[in-house]
Amino acid sequence: MNIYQEELLDHYENPSNYGTLPNPDISHEEDNPLCGDRIRLDLVVEDDTIKEVRFSGHGCTISQAAASMLTEEIEGKTLAEVKQFSRDDILDMIGIPLGPVRLKCALLPLKVLKAGAYGITGWPGEEDFS
Amino acid sequence: MHTANFHPLDVEAIRQDFPIFAGEQPLAFLDSAASAQTPQPVVAAMDTYYDTYRSNIHRGVYRISEEATAQYERAREKVAKLINAPNARQIVFTRNTTEAINLVAYSWGSATIGKDDEIVLTVMEHHSNLVPWQILAQRTGATLRFVEITDEGLLNFAHLRELLTEKTKLVAVTHVSNVLGTVNPLQSIIDAAHAVGAKVVVDAAQSVPHFRVDVQQLNCDFLAFSGHKMCGPTGIGVLYGKLPLLEEMPPFLGGGSMIRTVERDVSTYADVPAKFEAGTPSIAEAIGLGHAADYITQAGLEAIHVHTQQLLQHAHHRLKETQGITLYGPEPHQKAGVLSFNVAGIHPHDIAGILDMHGIAIRAGHHCAQPLMQKLDVIATARASFYLYNTLEDVERLYDGLRKAQKLMHRRSHSR
Repeated sequence: MNIYQEELLDHYENPSNYGTLPNPDISHEEDNPLCGDRIRLDLVVEDDTIKEVRFSGHGCTISQAAASMLTEEIEGKTLAEVKQFSRDDILDMIGIPLGPVRLKCALLPLKVLKAGAYGITGWPGEEDFS
Repeated sequence: MHTANFHPLDVEAIRQDFPIFAGEQPLAFLDSAASAQTPQPVVAAMDTYYDTYRSNIHRGVYRISEEATAQYERAREKVAKLINAPNARQIVFTRNTTEAINLVAYSWGSATIGKDDEIVLTVMEHHSNLVPWQILAQRTGATLRFVEITDEGLLNFAHLRELLTEKTKLVAVTHVSNVLGTVNPLQSIIDAAHAVGAKVVVDAAQSVPHFRVDVQQLNCDFLAFSGHKMCGPTGIGVLYGKLPLLEEMPPFLGGGSMIRTVERDVSTYADVPAKFEAGTPSIAEAIGLGHAADYITQAGLEAIHVHTQQLLQHAHHRLKETQGITLYGPEPHQKAGVLSFNVAGIHPHDIAGILDMHGIAIRAGHHCAQPLMQKLDVIATARASFYLYNTLEDVERLYDGLRKAQKLMHRRSHSR
C-alpha cells in the first residue's frame, strides 16, 4: 500500500467542499513553511454545530486530500465533538503510514481547524513527543 | 581545467566503495547536494580511530593521544592541500558550512561591521549564508544589499557592480547555487569586491565536492564548506581564512583548547586555528574528512566534474524534451551537479514521494533558499543532484519515474 492509492487521489482530484464561504463564522488560514502547503477553512456555525464548511488552498496530494476528508468528517458535528479530533483520527482517515515530513502535510488541515475554531496552536499530537 | 593527468572515473569501481548501493533494492541516490554518501575507506579511517587510538587530542602525554593529535592535524593538512591553502593553520574545523559562516559573522563581523556599512549578498544564497548576516545587520545597524539574478538564472554582474561602493565591507556569495546549480564567476566577483576594499566570504559547500577550488588563485578572504557533501562524515566543516584576518579576529566560542593562559578575570588566547576550536572537536569526523579529501582527490576532481557534467547534460536534455516539465537555472555548462525542476500539476512533494516508491531519492522543497523561491515565483522545486557514484542509468530511472508520476497524477482531467 502506498500514499498514491486510489482513494487519496480521488480526494485530491475531486475534493469535497472545495471553495470559500461568503459569511463564515470562522475563517482561518495557515501554511506549512517547509513545503509551502496552504490551507484555509471557512465554517458556518449554528447552535454550536458546523452547518457548512469549505476549504481552499494549495499543496501536495496528502494535504489537499486530508483537508477534503476532514471537511466531510466535521460537517454536521458539534464544535465540542470536533474538538476531540486528534492526530490519530487523521491517520485513521488517511489509512496509510506516513513519514514525519508527509505527516505534517496530513495534519495541516486539522492544525488550521484547531487554531481557527479553538485557538489551539501547534501541530496536533505534538504533545505526544514531549 | 587541467587535463594533463586526466583519467575518466571508473564508476563501477567507485560504487564498490559504497555499500549502500549493494542493497537488495537498487537505489538511485540523486540527493548528494544535500548530503553525499560515505565511501568505505572514510568509514574505515574513523573506525580505526575508535578501535585503536580513541582518545582526546592535544596535551595527552600518552601514545594513543599523541596518535590522535597527529591524525587530527594530518587531516588539517589534507584539507589545506585540497583547496591549496598556503598554511594548514588557515584551516579551522567547524561543525559545517553554517557554523563556519557564523564564526565569521560573529567574530570578524562584530569587530568590523558598523551601522553605516553595507553587506552585499545575492538572492541565490542558502539560508546559511543569509541569516547570519541578517542577525549581524540587526545587531549593528548595517544594511544588506542583494544582487539579483538574470532571467537565465545567472548572477547579474552589472547589478553587483552597481551595489559595490566604498560602504561595502563584505560580499557574501555562494560559489555554486544549491538550487539553480549556477556556477558564479567567483574570480571576477572577488576582484570587484576587493577593488572597493570589501572582504569576500565564499559559501563553497556545493563547489569543493565538485571541482578544484584554489583559495590562493581566487584570493578569497574566507571560504566555508562541509565534509558531508564531499564524501566525508556529518558534523565536520571547514573555515578557511587569510592568516592576518584570522589572527586579528577575536575568538568565537570560549572554553578549553582555545586559551593560552586563564586567570580569574582574564585570559589570553591560543594561536590560530586553536583560538577558534574551543572544546573537544569532532576528532573522528575530522580524520574522516581528511580521508574524504584523499578519496575525491584520488578519484580526480577533474574527472568528477566531467562525469557529473555528463549526467547533468543528459538529465537536462531528457527532462527538457518532456512535456510539462519546467527546468530552472542556466544551461548545463553553466551549472555544477544540480538540476531543479517542476512538473506541471504535481506538487514537488508528490514528485519526490512517487519517485521514492521506485527507489529514486531526490529532494523537494524550498532547499533553504526561500528568497530565491520567491524570486522564481515558485513555492518549491524538485531537485536532482549528481555525484561521482551516479550513473546514466540513475538518470534514466529518474526520467522513467517522472513519466510514471505524470501518468499516475494525470489520469483524469483536473477539477480545478
